[in-house]
Amino acid sequence: MVWFDICAAADLQPDSGVCALVQGQQIALFYMTATESVYAVHNFDPFGQANVLARGLIGDLDGQPMVASPLYKHHFNLKTGVCLEDGGVHIPVYPVRVDNARVYVGMPE
Amino acid sequence: MKQTLVVIGNGMVGQHFLAGLVASPEKDQYDIVTFCEEPRPAYDRVHLSEFFAGKTAEDLSLVPEGFFATHGITLHLGDRAASIDRDQKIVTSAKGVSIRYDKLVLATGSYPFVPPVPGHDRKNCLVYRTIEDLEAMTVAAKTGKIGTVVGGGLLGLEAAKALKDLGLETHVVEFAPRLMAVQIDEAGGAMLRRKIEALGVTVHTGKNTSQITDGETCVNKMCFADGEELETDVVLFSAGIRPRDDLARSCGLELGQRGGIVIDNQCKTSDPDIYAIGECALWNGMIFGLVAPGYAMARTVIADLTGTAGSFTGADMSTKLKLMGVDVASIGDAHAKTQGAMVFTYQNGASEVYKRLVVSEDKKRLLGAVLVGDATEYGTLLQYCQNGIELPENPDALILPRRDDEAAPGLGPDALPTSAQICSCYEVSKGAICSAIAAGCTTVNALKAETKAGTGCGGCVPLLKSVLNCELAKQGYEVNTDLCEHFAYTRQDLYNVIMVEGVKTFGELLAKHGKGAGCEICKPAVASILASYWNDYVLKTEHLSLQDTNDTFLANMQKDGTYSVVPRIPGGEISPDMLIVLGQVGKKYKLYTKITGGQRVDLFGARVEQLPTIWKELVDAGFESGHAYGKSLRTVKSCVGSTWCRYGVDDSVGLAIELENRYKGLRSPHKIKFAVSGCTRECAEAQGKDVGVIATENGWSLYVCGNGGMKPRHADLFATGLDRQTLIQYIDRFLIFYVRTADRLQRTSVWMENMEGGLAYLKSVVIDDKLGLCAELEQQMAHVVDTYQCEWKTTIEDENKLKRFRHFINSDQADDNVVFVEERGQIRPANGEERKHFKMLEVA
Repeated sequence: MVWFDICAAADLQPDSGVCALVQGQQIALFYMTATESVYAVHNFDPFGQANVLARGLIGDLDGQPMVASPLYKHHFNLKTGVCLEDGGVHIPVYPVRVDNARVYVGMPE
Repeated sequence: MKQTLVVIGNGMVGQHFLAGLVASPEKDQYDIVTFCEEPRPAYDRVHLSEFFAGKTAEDLSLVPEGFFATHGITLHLGDRAASIDRDQKIVTSAKGVSIRYDKLVLATGSYPFVPPVPGHDRKNCLVYRTIEDLEAMTVAAKTGKIGTVVGGGLLGLEAAKALKDLGLETHVVEFAPRLMAVQIDEAGGAMLRRKIEALGVTVHTGKNTSQITDGETCVNKMCFADGEELETDVVLFSAGIRPRDDLARSCGLELGQRGGIVIDNQCKTSDPDIYAIGECALWNGMIFGLVAPGYAMARTVIADLTGTAGSFTGADMSTKLKLMGVDVASIGDAHAKTQGAMVFTYQNGASEVYKRLVVSEDKKRLLGAVLVGDATEYGTLLQYCQNGIELPENPDALILPRRDDEAAPGLGPDALPTSAQICSCYEVSKGAICSAIAAGCTTVNALKAETKAGTGCGGCVPLLKSVLNCELAKQGYEVNTDLCEHFAYTRQDLYNVIMVEGVKTFGELLAKHGKGAGCEICKPAVASILASYWNDYVLKTEHLSLQDTNDTFLANMQKDGTYSVVPRIPGGEISPDMLIVLGQVGKKYKLYTKITGGQRVDLFGARVEQLPTIWKELVDAGFESGHAYGKSLRTVKSCVGSTWCRYGVDDSVGLAIELENRYKGLRSPHKIKFAVSGCTRECAEAQGKDVGVIATENGWSLYVCGNGGMKPRHADLFATGLDRQTLIQYIDRFLIFYVRTADRLQRTSVWMENMEGGLAYLKSVVIDDKLGLCAELEQQMAHVVDTYQCEWKTTIEDENKLKRFRHFINSDQADDNVVFVEERGQIRPANGEERKHFKMLEVA
């Protein structure tokens, strides 16, 4: 696991998403203020086949933090990447760390 | 001290009895012993022919693994009960086992009737009853080519299917002049015959077999009383059943004149300690050759043994089955034997469907029915018949084919009384099914497991499903008025809460009245309410995270993640200079351009990072946001009106521009479209809009709640002869009343259709001020109009807001997944194949 410094914590959008480019990968970063959590998932919506997840609405369903794709509204669990409508589909998830007001994302070596 | 209960026979009914008894609270009162003559315990005889379609004896078994051991039942398998000593109360088996009983249940079943014609016991002359019979058929079929079934009843046709499945040329020989003479009438029998012959089975009716002898080309030859002959290798007797009453006869129990063990309403024989159930029993002079009445008898005996009241009072002989792929059903008095019965018949020669209704003299009750070729109405008709439900005025509508635009006159599950029996095999009522659904069964399989309904013959499964769907819809309707899991309120409730408590943010509302973190349902819904009530800038920090991507980026996301841009062109009126600006912007940013249905121009293919610069140019030229991205007022379409048109009565373009500028930016439960026509020729199509205005000699006519789209609705005339001021007053009130009271994503058309009192009520609120709300509604609209701002203008002036309009937070690169190709001189998103091609070029 290698940690990459992505942006300032202040660059995150409260209760919303931004997209970062990490090692050529598009990573969607979500900041949920209620739980002070930051989640990182891949930005690509496997159903809509487009890089849009960072622009989806976030929230929770059944206690699971989720993002709803803006294209066809599929929900993805932000912790596991599993699609709530189709358990056979999941998107990559990445570990996130906030240190000294900087946001770091972990990528496999 | 336990009593000993002996059950003779482990067929379907015997097994049903055992399963019911061990599930009853009295099971510990008895030591249970059962004799089973066959080498295997109970199996499903109803579906016997599936043995030839690949099912094994195990598949057909009705006994759960370990059943006898688990319940401490002593099973004597392959051992026939040979005698009963009623004085000593002892049963003795063929193998010499003797058991003393306290209570005895005879479930000996029946045997196939074989007509005593000379030669009936020749080689390959078989019957169709047990798995051993099937095995004998299989052997006989291996060396033969032709098979013949004697008997054209229900079982006979099943047997014919078995022969056909074995690959034999198949004949059916019936003594009566038609097939299934017991269940269906002459015309139905004729239709059935045609259909079965079309499947390659030769049917001979009115044939009396006189003898079976050596064949010339086949093993056997059947000779008929009329002198004709039929060469056949296999002869399968299926000419009815006879009760197995030999055991009862030898111990002196009372029998019917033509056989059958006489039973009373408690299924007791002439010996009070001996019961008889199933096909061996004769009740009220009748033998019941179906499984459901046998099951009912089994339940009666259990009730009697356990001291609960219960009696067998006859059974419905209605049946529905698929015979060689042909649907056949018979209900109640199929032959119209009831005094005064009337008959309705529908026959379609082309599609080979025959339907017959037998109706009471007063046409109010269904007495019976016959269906051949199409039995979809079976469930409905059976309910009419069994529950005495009053028939519709024209009963024939129940069997006549429906054209596409007609609703099914069928009996909705809602019309059935709670007591209606849905599953007659297991006597499950609608009430029992509804309770199971209320207790959490939400699928047909769960219902089957819980109530056993639908697990017998399976004929009631479609009805079961419709009861389930109906109940779920009802529950759903009651439960799902909640906006989502985060708010146990309707949108209308939340609107009132926000107004009364003066709530200004989603966070405040969630803290006071909701739970969790919100979702893509409640966030935009609340954002819309807040916007229409307070009319704040939608990208204000506290509202930003509530907006759908379209509202967040003030543009419409397309399939590839790019956006389209739609500037407002009020009333569709645009100067050449402004058109040129659109052209220049489109050209500069290489956008795809298209004229919309709302009389404006849509520019497609803008990347998120291009939106601010595109809009800067548009705003500088004098354009405003078109709100095509919002659930809000979209366009006011107009015809050219009296200014230019020869027929124009009033200035439709002028009014359209005024209306569009007044209501632009109003956030609402769904999008809103207007149109204004300058005369009754209606070129602007105002009667298909949420708000439509048409000029007349006497003033403006206002139409409301029209819709195009998926479910078009013609608008309703709301008021006529209006001057401009009154017109606007009515529209103000109408719109705010809609915004306040509609459900999320509910267009005005559906809102009105669901409104109690409908158009008249809406008029009383908006025109007569029935609720005393009009001043408040106008005031709210005045606030929205006064606080209007062009969202794009505000956004491009705010450096902070513009930060979001980048694809990456940490890079200026663009999304490399966005690829365009050219078509008809403009761009379009590349499809999957084209995208792959470009990727390869890049790598190379």
